Amino acid sequence: MAQAMAKSSFINNLGKIYAGYAGGFIFFVLVLAVLEQMGVSNRIIGYCFVFLTIGVYAYIGILSRTMELSEYYVAGRVVPPFFNGMATGADWMSAASFISMAGGLYLAGYGGLGYVLGWTGGYVLVGVLLAPYLRKFGQFTVPDFLGVRYEGNTARICGVVVLICASFTYIVAQCFGIGIITSRFLDIPFEVAIFVGLVGILVCSMLGGMRAVTWTQVAQYIILIIAYLTPVVWLSYKLYGNPIPELSYGQALTEIAQLEQKLGITKPHVGAYVDAAGKFSWVEFNNFWALVLTLMIGTASLPHILMRYFTTPNVRDARKSVGWSIFFIFLLYFTAPAYAAFAKLEVYRNVIGQKIAELPAWVQNWSQVGGLLTIKDNNGDGILQLGEFIINQDIIVLSMPEIAGLPYVISGLVAAGGLAAALSTADGLLLAIANALSHDIYYKMIDPKASTLRRLTVARVLLVGVAIIAAAVAGTRPAGIIQMVAWAFSLAAAGLFAPLVLGIWWKRTNAAGAISGMIVGFGVCAYYLVGTRYFDMPLWFGIRNISSALFGLPLAFLVTWAVSLMTAQPSKEMQAFVDSIRIPKGELAWVKGVTHE
Amino acid sequence: MADLTPAQRDAYWKKTSRLMWIIMVLWVVFSFVIPAFAVQLNEIVIGGFPLGFYMAAQGSLIAYVVLCFWNASAQNKIDEEFGVAEE
Repeated sequence: MAQAMAKSSFINNLGKIYAGYAGGFIFFVLVLAVLEQMGVSNRIIGYCFVFLTIGVYAYIGILSRTMELSEYYVAGRVVPPFFNGMATGADWMSAASFISMAGGLYLAGYGGLGYVLGWTGGYVLVGVLLAPYLRKFGQFTVPDFLGVRYEGNTARICGVVVLICASFTYIVAQCFGIGIITSRFLDIPFEVAIFVGLVGILVCSMLGGMRAVTWTQVAQYIILIIAYLTPVVWLSYKLYGNPIPELSYGQALTEIAQLEQKLGITKPHVGAYVDAAGKFSWVEFNNFWALVLTLMIGTASLPHILMRYFTTPNVRDARKSVGWSIFFIFLLYFTAPAYAAFAKLEVYRNVIGQKIAELPAWVQNWSQVGGLLTIKDNNGDGILQLGEFIINQDIIVLSMPEIAGLPYVISGLVAAGGLAAALSTADGLLLAIANALSHDIYYKMIDPKASTLRRLTVARVLLVGVAIIAAAVAGTRPAGIIQMVAWAFSLAAAGLFAPLVLGIWWKRTNAAGAISGMIVGFGVCAYYLVGTRYFDMPLWFGIRNISSALFGLPLAFLVTWAVSLMTAQPSKEMQAFVDSIRIPKGELAWVKGVTHE
Repeated sequence: MADLTPAQRDAYWKKTSRLMWIIMVLWVVFSFVIPAFAVQLNEIVIGGFPLGFYMAAQGSLIAYVVLCFWNASAQNKIDEEFGVAEE
């Protein structure tokens, strides 16, 4: 009883609690800024940012520990839409969004906007097609839905396999990002840094499951958005006297165009669908929309995102929560192109054409982090030419404050933000994988009579195991962050979108159809991805493998449709069950013999 | 089932589906149709922004936010009309 009282007063005071927390964080940044002016070393400032923020997450994680199943799996279904939106924002915006996206825009110009569009527009699909119905369904995991709707463990296992392949690829990318940040700001080797970050991931999620992850994600969102906006607003004001970067970077785009002409760059920053020579290219055009489609459908298929909408109090709040999610994500995404433009302008103006011997300290610092920045004086004239400056997209955001000569405290802030983004997504993913294993495989298939204590213990052991494997794989540096993440989207889109959407919107979908659709869709996508990446398979129609879902996705729909029509229609009970999912109010019409919580 | 007759249920789902299709069409317009004309739109420059670039960097994103909130409120109206909104 006392616990229930404490819980409701916590929910009612969320606004105050998190406003106080945000104020405290800003105060902490200001104190560090003063300390920097007083001569405290960069290294200590870096340590403060990394350890203090992880300390706060650990504190929230420990406060939110729980021994209740519904708290552990769906945060007790009490999360208000506004805060669920923030948590989804942090869950969503990963190392790829925070660290790499502006870098991708810097390097690719218009081509990079495919990521901006693709990683936002998917929420329209989530909100309209899936979230409210999955909330009405009201179980613990996404494979739960497949298992019930397609009557049995075959569909459930297919769902778990897709979930694990997609989420694992994704989490490896996050560990990679965490490694880059901790190694740079703690000054330790990359391989060790990954495991330091791992501790940060586990303290948030292990004791409290979804409940702990939810409340730390809200805290992480606040830090990451402050960290992302501060340097851009600062630069915008410094360059143009206008503190709204989203308005002022038009001028930066104009200046970049002028500098491009001066430097003899053939591919303009704003040029749409152009190849390296600046000519229109159908290959670029097709790859652009293929990427946008893949990322959007992937958004609506990734279980760690869909399961966030299991935590709202009701169906109406699930819909509203999608609105808040995209709003909070939008705040970062419509700023990223400004970030990229300012960084490009700074590099073109102040780095290219300088004497190499006189380059500032940041060049030295970043050159030491795993070959992400290389400067080679190819023609031996001692002056840095454009072609002699090779910067990896993964460090543009992190190094920009130093490139632009902002105080080091801003660099520390950005690192804390990047860390928050990577940790929050890693936590969500880890939970999705561990829950699928502990709930869908262990409880539903191996030991349906397991006690609550046993289920929660198994969930935690799996969580730690998966985390360690992910960190170990990330240590081998398998690919760039943004590529790995895009693969995750392809795999999820090709495997899960068709059975989820058709399961709700087309009553005639039956188990045979959905299962064959998942296998064919996911199989074709994985075949293309692995073949083109590791076995030199030629590209189909010139589509790059980050958009592999383009081939698997339509096949998944086609096969599901055809096989469903060729086999018997779902039982009357199942059709009534689908009807009951479609309507917000009222009980679900469970099909007899299907176990549920 | 919240006491709807089969006919009411069908009417409810028809309205819901209509809203879904309207939003999906707008989604396609902002995600694919407008970006397809980026080269032509880039000829128009407003405040330093070529329009094709601007739409993909900001314009469509604003549309997505509006679409999501609009979906939430329009669907809620349908729910209330049929008396199936939650208390």
